[in-house]
Amino acid sequence: MSNKYETVIGLEVHVQLATKTKVFCGCSTAFGARPNTQVCPVCLGLPGVLPVLNRKAFKYVIKVALALGCDIQKTVKFDRKNYYYPDLPKNYQISQHDMPLAYDGKVTIVAEDGNTTDIRVTRAHLEEDAGKLLHDPGLPFSYVDLNRTGTPLLEIVSEPDIRTPEEAHRYLVTLKQIIKYLEVSDCNMEEGSLRCDANISLREKGAPGFGSKVEIKNLNSFKAVRDALAFEEERQAGLLDDGEKIVQETRLWDEKKNVTVSMRVKEEAQDYRYFPEPDLVPFEVRADLVEEMRASMPEMPRERALRFSRQYKLGEKDVEVLISEKDIADFFEQVAGCFDKPRVVCNWIKGEIMRHMNERGTDIRGLNLKPGDLAKLIKMVDDEFISGISGKDVLEACIETGKDPAAIVRKKGLEQVSDEGALEGIVEKVIAENERSVTDYKSGKTAALSFLVGQVMKATKGKANPKLAGEMLRRKLG
Amino acid sequence: MENTGRKKVITEDDVRYVARLSRLRLDEKDVTMFRGQLSAILEYIEQLNEVDTEGVPPTSHVLSSMKNVFREDEPGVSLSPEEALSNAPEKKDGFFKVPRIIKEA
Ligand SMILES: [Zn+2]
Repeated sequence: MSNKYETVIGLEVHVQLATKTKVFCGCSTAFGARPNTQVCPVCLGLPGVLPVLNRKAFKYVIKVALALGCDIQKTVKFDRKNYYYPDLPKNYQISQHDMPLAYDGKVTIVAEDGNTTDIRVTRAHLEEDAGKLLHDPGLPFSYVDLNRTGTPLLEIVSEPDIRTPEEAHRYLVTLKQIIKYLEVSDCNMEEGSLRCDANISLREKGAPGFGSKVEIKNLNSFKAVRDALAFEEERQAGLLDDGEKIVQETRLWDEKKNVTVSMRVKEEAQDYRYFPEPDLVPFEVRADLVEEMRASMPEMPRERALRFSRQYKLGEKDVEVLISEKDIADFFEQVAGCFDKPRVVCNWIKGEIMRHMNERGTDIRGLNLKPGDLAKLIKMVDDEFISGISGKDVLEACIETGKDPAAIVRKKGLEQVSDEGALEGIVEKVIAENERSVTDYKSGKTAALSFLVGQVMKATKGKANPKLAGEMLRRKLG
Repeated sequence: MENTGRKKVITEDDVRYVARLSRLRLDEKDVTMFRGQLSAILEYIEQLNEVDTEGVPPTSHVLSSMKNVFREDEPGVSLSPEEALSNAPEKKDGFFKVPRIIKEA
């Protein structure tokens, strides 16, 4: 994009809160059930029923509010947002209009170069999710599954403080990281527990006010958000360069074609006729509840990053990898607690552990690896009791079988031979059988030594301690 | 809605607009009738403006003494899919079946 323009982006994120039951009734929120098996008169909107607020959902929002540095409403009310659509059987959504539970917060994002930027959060409020619609291709019907109806949803709206698609991506990664640290949502985009809509407009650099904004929907991954915004930035700049006006509209991201497409619907001004929800009495956010929530907060990613670099003397990049997920950071600390070489532990986690996570498509919990076992294994390699290559095999077996690494080493007979007595005969034999290399080495070709070490390794099926074998050879040929 | 002094008057366009939002089809006779009825209701409600509310904090609920009614995050009883769908005019494979709606792709 030409640098004539400045991009202005705001994001609206919906997060499903990880409660067992819905926000206003006791139906399950589990994903993937058969259609309409997790519904009751309340979430079906049958006449005469009353919603009752799930205490946990309320507490979760307060936790997020604290983590984002938001102000919290003292008295909370809910409002009805009225609209007619079959995913919402009551014909209104219980939401929050003019008094969101939390407001005026921020998300601090860290750029590649380590610089930080604050993206302001306008508001975060609690509402109920709607149901799911399936459309019958070719037939004039839609099918409605109301299992999702009433799932607690936290809507987090940013100020238009984001200036590049890359920043938008970082904002989302950071927000997700914060929410996952709080353990209030699994933030699984595939299952729809985190959803994002983006607003984007362009203005000439230095110009006051905003250009006409375009809302982008159908963003199913963080990558889609970045790509769609990058496309839209170019599209709008092109139109402006040609002297055309940007139409304020909603566009859909087409992931296959990598373009945004106008929804081409008549954008009738929405009139939701909000009014206070009369079926719910007001809620007071008492100071003791806020304190309880504050006390239950884990150490958040930024604080943890600072502590990690101080306490473990690790570089910035390493720290960012370790704190990227709470579970990984916890795991690292547990291993480092058993084996006091944090840098070595970090390298194992960054390398082998993450490779296994990727290969198995699982998170660190899914590996079922006990931190104590990994510590034992790393110690065996570090003590040169087993070789680095054997260490990798043992880890693999450890993850596969859940057995103790020391037992695996014994069973596979992988103990490195670091006993001179045991190597003596083999070293002698290698010297006797490789006259040429011995002569080469003695005449100053030091490279010949690694060949001889290799021969010792071969003769011991890789079990000899290569450092010791080298030393012994040098001494004997010295 | 026209605001003539303190009196609010519902116009026929207001009636048509509200009807559209509520997905109701009205004929002209209905519009005239509802214009009268809705205006009368508003006029009646207008009487509340005569109360002096100076210094009274706003409330969103009539039960001012009742607050913080929560339920715990414990599973309750859901309906069977047969019960859930029993009022549906049309259903298929456990889904409610409705005329096709296209909002988003
Ligand atoms: Zn329910």
